Amino acid sequence: MGQELFAIIDGATNLLSAAVRMGAPLLLASAGLVFTARAGMSNLGTEGVMLMGAFSGVVGAYLTGSPWLGALLAICIGVIFELIVAFLVVTARANQVIVAMATNLLALGLTSSYGRVIFGVSTRPPRVPPYPLFKIPFLADIPVLGPVLFSHNALVYLAFFLVPVTHFILYRTSLGLKVRVVGEHPRAADSVGVNVYLVKYLCCLTRGAMAALAGSYLSLGALNMFTENMVAGRGYMAVSAVIFGKWTPVGSALGALLFGAGDALQMRLQAMGWGLPYQFVQALPYVITLVILTGLVGKAVQPAATGEAYSKE
Amino acid sequence: MTKPKKGEIERTEERSEGRKRAEVTVMGIGRRMFVWLYEVALPPIVAVLMGFVVAGISVSLMGVEPVVAMRYFVRGVSASAYGMCEIVVKALPLLFTGLSVAFAQRCGLLNIGAEGQLFIGGLTGTIVGAYIRGLPWPIHALLALAAGFVGGGLWGVGPGYFKVRFGTNEVISTIMFDYLAVFIVSYAVTGPLKEPPGFIPQSPEIAPGAILGNILPGTRLHAGAVVGLLAVLAFWLIIWRTRFGYQIRAVGANPRAAHYAGIDVGRSIVATMFIAGGFAGLAGCVEILGVLHRLREAFSPGWGWDGIAVALLGKATPLGVTLSALLMGFIRGGVNAMQRATGVPIGLVYVVQAVIIICVVAREYRLPKSLRSLRFPFFEKSPRLKESRDAAGGE
Repeated sequence: MGQELFAIIDGATNLLSAAVRMGAPLLLASAGLVFTARAGMSNLGTEGVMLMGAFSGVVGAYLTGSPWLGALLAICIGVIFELIVAFLVVTARANQVIVAMATNLLALGLTSSYGRVIFGVSTRPPRVPPYPLFKIPFLADIPVLGPVLFSHNALVYLAFFLVPVTHFILYRTSLGLKVRVVGEHPRAADSVGVNVYLVKYLCCLTRGAMAALAGSYLSLGALNMFTENMVAGRGYMAVSAVIFGKWTPVGSALGALLFGAGDALQMRLQAMGWGLPYQFVQALPYVITLVILTGLVGKAVQPAATGEAYSKE
Repeated sequence: MTKPKKGEIERTEERSEGRKRAEVTVMGIGRRMFVWLYEVALPPIVAVLMGFVVAGISVSLMGVEPVVAMRYFVRGVSASAYGMCEIVVKALPLLFTGLSVAFAQRCGLLNIGAEGQLFIGGLTGTIVGAYIRGLPWPIHALLALAAGFVGGGLWGVGPGYFKVRFGTNEVISTIMFDYLAVFIVSYAVTGPLKEPPGFIPQSPEIAPGAILGNILPGTRLHAGAVVGLLAVLAFWLIIWRTRFGYQIRAVGANPRAAHYAGIDVGRSIVATMFIAGGFAGLAGCVEILGVLHRLREAFSPGWGWDGIAVALLGKATPLGVTLSALLMGFIRGGVNAMQRATGVPIGLVYVVQAVIIICVVAREYRLPKSLRSLRFPFFEKSPRLKESRDAAGGE
């Protein structure tokens, strides 16, 4: 009896730990997505930026031998990528969704076809040094909480740390206020002297850095190599998590962890081969998000000026 | 000052009016041709050329001579009947999803959900095509196609209804529907639809009566091409020759005005999403009945997403969508041939496609002009006087 209980606790600990690991990239990405979403911009291009981050992280780690320089390269590439997107979307006022589709295609094409230029032609993708595991002393020894929360790599802690930071910036600083006004009523923001384009550019660049870092977590944190299209829908998952959280930092974080938990549970079920179809577990977060969108359970209203390009004239 | 007689004024005005009209028509034809060339024909051509330039640079970075690669590209799709038909085979799913996105666009909706509708269309088409046995050829195939259309259509109705009933943005809700569709198909082929004895997650084979057979021996061209042609025709008929199509266009142009004109906007949106979803459902269904002959997990390599590019490039017209789908098919077929010959990775297709989209989008929004009054964050200029041309030409 005692042994069974122990096994159950052990299994649950493993599952929760996996949920945190799976949720961390979504958490990282959503820290950037919240800003762009609140500034009234569509986030569908996240998938592509994450893919670029996953790829350039591995490239950086491969060339320098350090995962941290890989992360730096990923952030730089993500920012450059988003700069192009911001130019098209903010400056040229192109349709955001269509630009996002192009972003995703471009990232998929570039990462899958340029891999061999950089790594050379070989059948096996090169292995690179991963983000090192960093157990927080003392805290990691707490029975259940330790493995679940305090024995991960540094990016996981960063992801959690960023939740209150984004909340603070968005709700307690004038910059955050500007971001929110730009998303709700850009003309009003403009008329009180907010530089709408600058705010949108800044939000885009933040998203680029965070999404690319999240992508590098996938390649350097989980798998320590790059495989084609390895983001596999997690970008859209992060977007869904932000919608789930009604465009707030704390809500998005909960959403990210829920989606991560769904992913972890789904893998566990698939591995155990239970009768319960794992697809239902996988689908659950999306169903919940849809229900939230219908407004039957607490109305979720996206920022009023979402998807619109702003023009001064 | 002598006062001219009344008749005289009328005559001179008449004459000048007539002359003006004549001038306008003569100039009009020239100008309209110019405008057509400049506004309609040029952007896609420039975009495609840009795509090829980027592809050429990428290829040479990979250590392959671009000219050599290009030769394989062109020879691969034009040297044989097989290669040419391959263009059509590769273009077909993109044609259907392109029509789907274009149809929704006519009503002012952005159908991001074509991918999910495609999966559900494939699922319902497979259920009818594989589990009904003993029906003769055309009837069974038509039944399966109808099932695919209705399946995809119903999956499109979801986001449409959500938009009308709850005001949910269709761009957001269709993403959720996309994922749900992928999970449903994944569940179906690993569970209830799994072919016995059941080691591989795939459905049983489509019954012979429902298969869209080969119509040109020696190639992979199948009867789905005819379905595609009919779909293009149906698109044109519905949009331009029916009252329903007129209502759709009215709602797309200005929902409020359409509402005051007595059009039921909500019903138009839901009906549009049904037909748009139906087109996307046909994409999955035709691909399974014509090429794959089975339902598999994740059988689409993102045709639904590519449909957005196809519709954009084709300016949401039936002819334009057809041409741009064929162009995408051409690029795919060519890159395939190039890959076989030189080992250039297939991912190049996506790069070319992305560059094409970006160029078209940039042209669409008159980038050269907006460059003159830069909306960069640090170089804010004083607001320009509104140009009348802008106001008039803002279609």
